[in-house]
Amino acid sequence: MTLALFFQYLFAGISYGVIYAVVAIGFNIIYNTTGIINFAQGEFVMLGGMISISLLHFFPLPVAIALAVVITMLVGALIEIVFIRWLDRPSVLRMIIITIGLSILIREAALHIWGDSIRSLPYFVGNELTTVSFGPVRISPQVFWVVGVCGITVVGLSLFFKLTSVGREMRACSANRTAAILCGINTRNMVTLSFMLSAGIGALAGCVMSPITYTQYDSGTSLAIKGFTVAILGGLGNSMGAVAAGILLGIIEAFSVAFVPLAFQDAISITILLIILFVRPNGIFGSSDAARLKEF
Amino acid sequence: MKRLGTKIILGAAALCMLALPVQAGTYKVGAIFAVTGGASFLGGPEARSAQMVVDAINKDGGIGGNKIELIIKDSGANPEKAISFAKQLIEEEKVLAIIGPSTSGESMKIKKIAQQGKTPLISCGAAEVIVNPVASYVFKTPQKDSFAVKKIYGEMKKMGINKIAVVAGNTGFGKAGKAQLTKLAPEYGIKVLAAETYDKKATDLTALVAKLMADKDIQAVVNWSIVPAQAIIAKNMRQAGWKVPLFQSHGFGNIKYVQAAGAAAEGIIFPAGRLLVADSLPDSDPQKKMLLKYKHDYESKYKEAASTFGGHGYDAMNILVAALENGGADRAKIRTAIESLHGFPGIGGVFTFSPKDHNGLDIDSFVMLTVKDGKFVLYNSK
Repeated sequence: MTLALFFQYLFAGISYGVIYAVVAIGFNIIYNTTGIINFAQGEFVMLGGMISISLLHFFPLPVAIALAVVITMLVGALIEIVFIRWLDRPSVLRMIIITIGLSILIREAALHIWGDSIRSLPYFVGNELTTVSFGPVRISPQVFWVVGVCGITVVGLSLFFKLTSVGREMRACSANRTAAILCGINTRNMVTLSFMLSAGIGALAGCVMSPITYTQYDSGTSLAIKGFTVAILGGLGNSMGAVAAGILLGIIEAFSVAFVPLAFQDAISITILLIILFVRPNGIFGSSDAARLKEF
Repeated sequence: MKRLGTKIILGAAALCMLALPVQAGTYKVGAIFAVTGGASFLGGPEARSAQMVVDAINKDGGIGGNKIELIIKDSGANPEKAISFAKQLIEEEKVLAIIGPSTSGESMKIKKIAQQGKTPLISCGAAEVIVNPVASYVFKTPQKDSFAVKKIYGEMKKMGINKIAVVAGNTGFGKAGKAQLTKLAPEYGIKVLAAETYDKKATDLTALVAKLMADKDIQAVVNWSIVPAQAIIAKNMRQAGWKVPLFQSHGFGNIKYVQAAGAAAEGIIFPAGRLLVADSLPDSDPQKKMLLKYKHDYESKYKEAASTFGGHGYDAMNILVAALENGGADRAKIRTAIESLHGFPGIGGVFTFSPKDHNGLDIDSFVMLTVKDGKFVLYNSK
């Protein structure tokens, strides 16, 4: 393998990886406050892309994206309020079925609204042919947007959880719900907020990746599978773990192309998921002590 | 009791009124299309085009005074559903013939059912196996895959290309195309240096492009799929600065993919039916009038761009109408009438059926197109 090819694979891997990581973080935020896996997470990503593309007819690009993020957050809040909030101590299985049902619902609604054709936002800088060259290695500037925006999101989120009082209240919810209630924290609102937050970052990721991957009514499903793999791999609830695991999975996928036929690319990520679930069910970055305290 | 009696009489009268138009001569025709689901880009336009033909005929008084009743079943590209719809249409509805299904997979599943039920089936699936070997009651309207492959290889010969890479989606269409490409390559003295399959949901092929590009011997890439990856591969190749010609299958004949690929779509070469370049055909072309009429009728009725896929449904319905006119309302007679259609202009090409050829099209039903300034134009080989 030449050095140029090595870097080409590496950058391809990183750009896949950060997208997976952001989806995984979306899983983590909701998991942390509620203990459930929201299988409709991929649909938030799709919604973000689709809504921003529709809004682009009326607004300039940054406004369209901002509005799309806000609208998706509202959708996230609405979903929580209508389907989740009134449930009293639901079982894990019930929540899984509900969120899977929601993901199908959103997907079909999207098919109805936007049809089945592929859409995309324009490239933020340049067009389909623009590349930045580092010697023989050529990278689309959009990749930097994806990596940059996702990076800022991760940093911003961790600051939010550490420094703001709302962030701390959300963490309190995840640490011990009963104690949080006793401290006067409205845990129900925190759950709504967590849905809004994960919908928002999902939508933002959906916007920045849209020029590269395109957006289609069902593009959320495969992303959700990858994101879930990454969330497990990094340890459920662990956002920094998710970033590391996401980039790791992306790089493995990219380099796998060099050694095995492309058709096996997805098989590799699923195999990794299975191996992790068997060998280290808490993820490579998760601790088994912390996991024992969780419901599942 | 008296009131009940009145009710029965009224009910019977209502039934008679409902039944009357049916008795006045109705040709029942079944249709199985994937109007929803993954193949809706095929089934949707096909169903709408067929309905359009039927509406127009019924408005003009039907075929010799007999109205056509088109029963459209939405299979959602699910072969199991297609099977049960086919049985239902043949045994319960007793239709004269069935048009569709949209996909090759479904068509293969009901080929036998139509044959055993002695009901003519005019499929809109692309795969050659639907009519090869020939089943006496099974026909199809889309051009054969092998014609598209031969057309591409013929063009490559002219361009002096003999070492290529093949990439395909993991759908039925992609797999069949990849098999044809590998099989026919030696006939044209072409070597397939790499053959890769990607997932139909693939969203980025940068790594694959990097791998193929490292092989300096590859002179051209052929992509065979009907999924968004058609646009993605074009983008990723041009972003990587790889300038070899990119050939695509006839699945690329959808302007939405050109829009999606933007500047990267320029110069892509692919075979397609003449519909996409109907305006620029010479007036002497036997299909031109038909193509323009279809385009105009479809676009003014449904407010969406006409596609070659819808054309398959349009052709299937028109062929059936012609057979009903020539043969009459009998399954066996319809079958014979289709087989004896000669020089019948359609959207896919000029159909000439025979007992041995149940597709009726030849390689010239495809023309080579390319993308210039975001539009499809005829490709002029140098």
